[in-house]
Amino acid sequence: MDTMVIEVGYALDTFYFLMCTALVMWMAAGFAMLESGLVRSKNTVEILNKNALLYGVACIVYLLVGYNVMYPGDPLSSVIPGIDFLLGSDNSVESVTDGGEGAPYYSSMADFIFQAVFAAATMSIVSGAVAERMRLWPFLIFAVFMVGFIYPVEGYWKWGGGFLDQLGFQDFAGSVVVHMAGAAAALAAVLIIGPRKGKYGKNGEVHAIPGANLPMATLGMFILWMGWFGFNGGSELKIANVDEANAVAKIFVNTNAAAAAGMVAAALFSRFWFGKTDLTMTINGALAGLVAITAEPLMPSAGVASLIGLVGGLVVVLSVVGLDKLKIDDPVGAISVHGTAGIWGIFAVMFSNPAATLSGQLIGTAVTFAWMFGVSFIVLTVINKIIKLRVSEEEEQEGMDVNECGMTAYPEFTPDK
Amino acid sequence: MKIVTAIIRPHAFEVVRSALQEASVNGMTVTEVRGFGRQKGHPALYRGAEYNVAFQPKIQLELAVDDARLDEVTEIIATQARSGEVGDGKIFIASLDSVTRIRTGETGIEAI
Repeated sequence: MDTMVIEVGYALDTFYFLMCTALVMWMAAGFAMLESGLVRSKNTVEILNKNALLYGVACIVYLLVGYNVMYPGDPLSSVIPGIDFLLGSDNSVESVTDGGEGAPYYSSMADFIFQAVFAAATMSIVSGAVAERMRLWPFLIFAVFMVGFIYPVEGYWKWGGGFLDQLGFQDFAGSVVVHMAGAAAALAAVLIIGPRKGKYGKNGEVHAIPGANLPMATLGMFILWMGWFGFNGGSELKIANVDEANAVAKIFVNTNAAAAAGMVAAALFSRFWFGKTDLTMTINGALAGLVAITAEPLMPSAGVASLIGLVGGLVVVLSVVGLDKLKIDDPVGAISVHGTAGIWGIFAVMFSNPAATLSGQLIGTAVTFAWMFGVSFIVLTVINKIIKLRVSEEEEQEGMDVNECGMTAYPEFTPDK
Repeated sequence: MKIVTAIIRPHAFEVVRSALQEASVNGMTVTEVRGFGRQKGHPALYRGAEYNVAFQPKIQLELAVDDARLDEVTEIIATQARSGEVGDGKIFIASLDSVTRIRTGETGIEAI
């Protein structure tokens, strides 16, 4: 092939990859808006601080060590990745233009930054589930372990070419590798810190704790939906020929179809079950549709993608209500959206991808869950022993904003100086 | 002189205000308030769990009136704010000892 054509293809694939990275990065804004909308106003500043700082911590830690754990140059085995720090050099012009089949077709820096924003998204899942009661700095300490070690090891097993990948486990953009993984860590955290005060009554009754700002939460849903085009579309890794361009376009179509179907299904389910159309279920339904299609957004037809999203939307409503029955308090529904819908999505891969097997999907999901839940539980328990994960009862009642951050989101009656 | 405090439905505010203005009422103070009466709020739903919205949003009007115009003003508010359904609100009337217009220093009925 003409060198010029190869170089333009490389530039285009890299450019596409970087644009998708920007979209996925923007999901941090989506999580921040969604979570700040679904908590009470007295916890607004703290949840925003958590969302902002977890993104920063995740980027620093993933750059420092996480990326090298997840994609080791020289792994010790298919289970144990190596350890290395910071980044190597990017591809030389010769390696791009000379090499045949195995030649790199996008910048390795673009690969790093794309993976980094995925790692941050995984951590964002946790913050919503522990909202309104987990202290800021213990959460950020956990983020260091999560993004530097726990998530990258599991990511290596699949996307880094480790044993789950060799086993035939299929997860295109991370229904399990990212979403259920984040939810499993979130579940471990929620079990350790317990429910918000007043969420469950003595006789097991569930008390509603309505979110303070539903316009914000709805904006968050749409930002996440938009970001998901980068999340799934970028995971194709390539766009610069007719086949790849078509594949990316199909991923966009399927991603959107699943979200739309999930949203409408959850809204209808809520309407017929509760008698009212609960906006928070509408929001969770769209996100569940997106999580469900993430495991395989390329192979299914748009119709099948819609069905996968639709079931995701039904599953998430059942999961939200079911977790409340188990007294697992998740203020934003993160465990249901990312965990339950993620598990549905990973098995739904078998409808369209002939390479997926029941045993492969089952082992991949079980191993990922066991690792993410188990190691997170241990790390969080140790942090809890040293510095308490949860705020005191008085601090919880007064609100995290004043106690953790020393300010309120909407200050009134402040004196002019 | 009397001070009239009326708690009315938010959507009734505009008709009450224009009716009072047409009747040449010189001024009023309006506050967004919340409260409950005999219906004690209403149930709402959030993520499958029912809860009670105890305090309903209302508008509170306060206006100072001359004794001679009290019945007229009360009548306007009562008829304009009435829907006949639970939650129409209440009118409280209390006597007013004195009024001062800050700009001019006028007092009493002159200041209303």
